[in-house]
Amino acid sequence: MAFLSNLISGISLGSVYAIIALGYTMVYGIAKMLNFAHGDVIMVGAYMCFCAMNYWGLPPLAGILLAIIICTLLGIVIEKLAYKPLRAATSLAVLITAIGVSYFLQNAALLIFKADPKVFPSVVTLPNLRLFDGSLIISATSIITVIVSAIIMVALTLFVSRSKTGKAMRAVSEDKEAAQLMGINVNGTISVTFAIGSGLAAIAGVLLCSAYPTLMPTTGSMPGIKAFTAAVFGGIGSIPGAMLGGILLGVIEILGKAYISTELSDAIVFAVLIIVLLIKPTGLLGRKINEKV
Amino acid sequence: MKKLSKNAKSNAVTYAIVIVFYIVMQILSGSGTLSSSLTGQLIPICVYICMAVSLNLTVGILGELSLGHAGFMSVGAFTGVIVAMSLQASVASGPIRLVLAMVVGAVMAAIVGVLVGVPVLRLRGDYLAIVTLAFGEIIKNILNNLYVAYDAEGLHIRLLTAISKSELAEGGFMIINGPQGATGITKLSTFTAGFLLMLFTLFVVLNLIQSRSGRAIMSIRDNRIAAESVGINVTKYKLMAFVVSAALAGMAGALYAMNFTGVAAKKFDFNTSILVLVFVVLGGMGNIRGSIIAAAILYVLPELLRAVNDYRMLFYAIVLIVVMLVTNNPTLKNGVNAVWTALKGVFVKTVPVPEEGGESDE
Repeated sequence: MAFLSNLISGISLGSVYAIIALGYTMVYGIAKMLNFAHGDVIMVGAYMCFCAMNYWGLPPLAGILLAIIICTLLGIVIEKLAYKPLRAATSLAVLITAIGVSYFLQNAALLIFKADPKVFPSVVTLPNLRLFDGSLIISATSIITVIVSAIIMVALTLFVSRSKTGKAMRAVSEDKEAAQLMGINVNGTISVTFAIGSGLAAIAGVLLCSAYPTLMPTTGSMPGIKAFTAAVFGGIGSIPGAMLGGILLGVIEILGKAYISTELSDAIVFAVLIIVLLIKPTGLLGRKINEKV
Repeated sequence: MKKLSKNAKSNAVTYAIVIVFYIVMQILSGSGTLSSSLTGQLIPICVYICMAVSLNLTVGILGELSLGHAGFMSVGAFTGVIVAMSLQASVASGPIRLVLAMVVGAVMAAIVGVLVGVPVLRLRGDYLAIVTLAFGEIIKNILNNLYVAYDAEGLHIRLLTAISKSELAEGGFMIINGPQGATGITKLSTFTAGFLLMLFTLFVVLNLIQSRSGRAIMSIRDNRIAAESVGINVTKYKLMAFVVSAALAGMAGALYAMNFTGVAAKKFDFNTSILVLVFVVLGGMGNIRGSIIAAAILYVLPELLRAVNDYRMLFYAIVLIVVMLVTNNPTLKNGVNAVWTALKGVFVKTVPVPEEGGESDE
């Protein structure tokens, strides 16, 4: 029973990682950049929802909606101001700029909300689910997290595979120049990708803070790094890979904490990542790229 | 007089910058012109310059992005502390203990560098970057749960379970206490030691770059497959650059730790690795002199921005983004160059030079 309960909280945490990892992997697939500021967008989303519920007295759903809107806009603005001018620059230059954006968001949040942690009220107010005469208790937050993540994953997969914009996204990630020649608005498509990724980050932020209710300006960085790891784990650039990687990472983390060592859980997660990459150097579902001279 | 080669001249300028920096700072701090907070920054500045120069060897010269450089620094720091504190009774001289600590720290970091490098260097590009990040986090996580004590029987090293004072023999003491890190360190580092470490780091890195091995390393960066096909042992040279870089970081870490009374593993996290990477990229990849200057300026920048206390890290972030945009966006770069030329024109009468094509790219 304890195993089942751990497994469920692992899947729940993993779903959050998966949603964040989707943002990383989509942006990477399309713009070939590691968006290190993604983790901090999560934090912004969580703060927005927190403010909406605590200070402005809005219902949780309105708070989530507000967080999504703000983060989507934020994602577009960041892309336009900081990343678009560097389209032709080396990937390392873009990486450092992304780190600059990450510092900026963290410190702006530090100025506005101060360093002391806020207690995030869960957006899920349903009672916990009790099974087998109370020997297995599943928190409502976990259930909602898993359901929401599943909906997002299905919707995103359909969007990317069926819709016209999704097709454009795939084309741009395949070959930017060829896509442009086919009449695809490359800059617009990249903006849409950032918008979707950041909107997802807002949802992830709210779900994460509902389960782990401490909210600080640095709340986003560790989940950000873990989700980034998850994206690489599954094969960066691959959408199903990000989902798989995220969920596996969450399960490994929680099971590692429960059965091996609480203190070394991070080390275990990263060690598994290294072993996977050594066996499959492009991640679980990544494509192998042949190099030419 | 024998004519100096281009390399030797450039090296001389690099050494001269460091020497002038040392002399000027000595005079300033000696005469009391330097604020006390800035004087306290002198040793960390030296340490971060060494970190930047050594990371430049991996990132700029070898061309592999490493996000875990602080991990090697922490290995050096903790090893150094253990050595210095265990030898407290047997080696009386502070400077000798410091040198021993730094040497053992470097050796230990080099060993970890080999352990990390062998698997990591098989990967490419972003995958390599994420694995170095992962190793950095693993090292931090392990050191965070390490307990080391010293008594008459020798060293007691344990992972996860704390060592209590009562288990130790008479006169025993704790060196590393899990998440609290090392405490009660005798401050051994001096600015002069930092200066000597900078010279040593520069000597090693510059000589490596300008040797046959260095050229092999750079050829791997420029074109791995071509390098392999002319018979360069890619793995060997990659590992060489990586391990030298790790060892130098370990040495810098030992000096860093010995500058404080206590040091914890969480100080050497991902953010520290990123900080050093920022120095390297802003200074110019593969440009050793650039790393020195960028590290010195950027490390002091938050200190200089103290006037705008609360906003200083925000400013730092903005400066970072703007510098990256200006140096990497062709339109902005040309704009800045035009303004610069116009400004120069005000003060210096220059003969207009005909426009050259293709100047803007690189």
